[in-house]
Amino acid sequence: MTALEEVFRSAWPVVVASTARLTRDLDLAEDCTQEAVERALRRWPAGFPDNPAGWLTTTAHRIALDRLRREATLRRKLPLLVDPVSGAGGPAVEGSAIGEDADPEPTDPLRLVFTCCHPALSRESRVALTLRLVCGVDVATIAAVLLAGEAAVARRITRAKRKIAVARVPFRVPAGDELAERLDAVLTVVHLVYTAGHVGSGTGLRDTDLTGRALGLARMLVALLPGEPEPRALLGLLSLTEARGDARTGADGELVLLPDQDRSGWDRRLIREGLGLATSALRAGPHGRFALQAGVAGLHAVAPSWAQTDWARVVVTYDALLRVWPSPVVALNRAVARGRLPGADPAAVLAEVDALAPELAGYPYLPAARADLLARLGRAAEAAAAYDGALAVTRNPVERRHLTRRRAETGAS
Amino acid sequence: MARYVFLMYDSEDWHDTVDEQGVADEFALHEEFMAAVTAAGASVVGGEALERSSTASTVRRGPDAGTRPLVTDGPFADTKEALGGFYVIDAPDLDVALSLAAACPAGNVEVRPVMEMPDGT
Repeated sequence: MTALEEVFRSAWPVVVASTARLTRDLDLAEDCTQEAVERALRRWPAGFPDNPAGWLTTTAHRIALDRLRREATLRRKLPLLVDPVSGAGGPAVEGSAIGEDADPEPTDPLRLVFTCCHPALSRESRVALTLRLVCGVDVATIAAVLLAGEAAVARRITRAKRKIAVARVPFRVPAGDELAERLDAVLTVVHLVYTAGHVGSGTGLRDTDLTGRALGLARMLVALLPGEPEPRALLGLLSLTEARGDARTGADGELVLLPDQDRSGWDRRLIREGLGLATSALRAGPHGRFALQAGVAGLHAVAPSWAQTDWARVVVTYDALLRVWPSPVVALNRAVARGRLPGADPAAVLAEVDALAPELAGYPYLPAARADLLARLGRAAEAAAAYDGALAVTRNPVERRHLTRRRAETGAS
Repeated sequence: MARYVFLMYDSEDWHDTVDEQGVADEFALHEEFMAAVTAAGASVVGGEALERSSTASTVRRGPDAGTRPLVTDGPFADTKEALGGFYVIDAPDLDVALSLAAACPAGNVEVRPVMEMPDGT
């Protein structure tokens, strides 16, 4: 990433969010931020301003105010993002008229994230809107991430912005009891962005630009919500996963799964950072979903090898996770971990995995886990058939090559 | 303030079995709901309970002015859970509207923003 790209990337959410508070219109805020970036691209080659983020903010605000003045008559007829009279947008907008309150506030990007991840929007819309408005990712790239058409993604974003304006989704950070639930929706979006980058849709396994965006979002949430353990837990989980990044592919570009990874290739600095965050989140009180997931990732990170992993603690952590977040994917992971306990009965674990099949139709890791257990039980033909099932629902070419190799190792035709 | 319509959808089996006490209980629930709306800084601007969907008639206008409208017996969309009533509510924002919809005595509540008219009403 060039220095210029780095400036744009870190300034983008601040500029969009403060412009949105100024104009009370997300669409306009996005347009003006885009135009400010384009002006910067034309002018900055002659020399960087002293405060590039401040320059972008001021420029976006000026563009916005110009447009609002020009369209003043029309504007009065359009619904506003935040009702200036009711003060529903929080104390920062209370009683202020459009054009006042222009200085960016530290919590602006946070309001923007909570608005983009509002529960009244579909999960797909939340992801697309967060990538566009908070991260400044262009529509073509978002379409590639979501495995969708560019026109469809553009329509989805337009519809979501329109709903926010017309249905008056408030531009604020929820407080009290509401915060925990709303925060979970935000963290889920960040996690989805990371996962999309971790198992890329392209030819390679990873899209480091996207995983970097997710890490950046998680860092921003940690900085803006220092009292909340779950953003720290998410950042810990992402750091611990990211630490394994380069070890996930072998010299020939093949996928290397956790059991076979060269652990000396893991990034020790990221592991230390991730363990610190995970530990602090787990100590903070009732364990949230991301704290427990970070706990599992931490147990893998400190294990000298796959065989020497503290499987008993992994299983206990999955038990706790299943209580706070009952999901068939967690149940599958717990079953796989139980299969690693000393004296485990692969046949019993297989029965447990099979029981989850109806809920996890189309989830490629279930047939892959079945195949592994069947191979351990010496049922080669069935293992090969299960690998075929996994291949049928796996798109990533690196993952596909890995499954094909494992299938060949069963010795079945 | 923004204006929303709450469209209440429910199973209509209730109509077959309800007695006087049941109707009184239902009214009490709606009184409670309206009190909750006021307490939340919002207001009920209007609303009606509707007779069951089998009493509805649907008029379908033809594609052009010359065609005679077609009248059918029954609601426009014949669904298991039918539109049984509506409220018109003024609320500060969607978060307030959604929390009120959760307190509304109906199985399913569709919350729709009302289109703002150009004269600012």
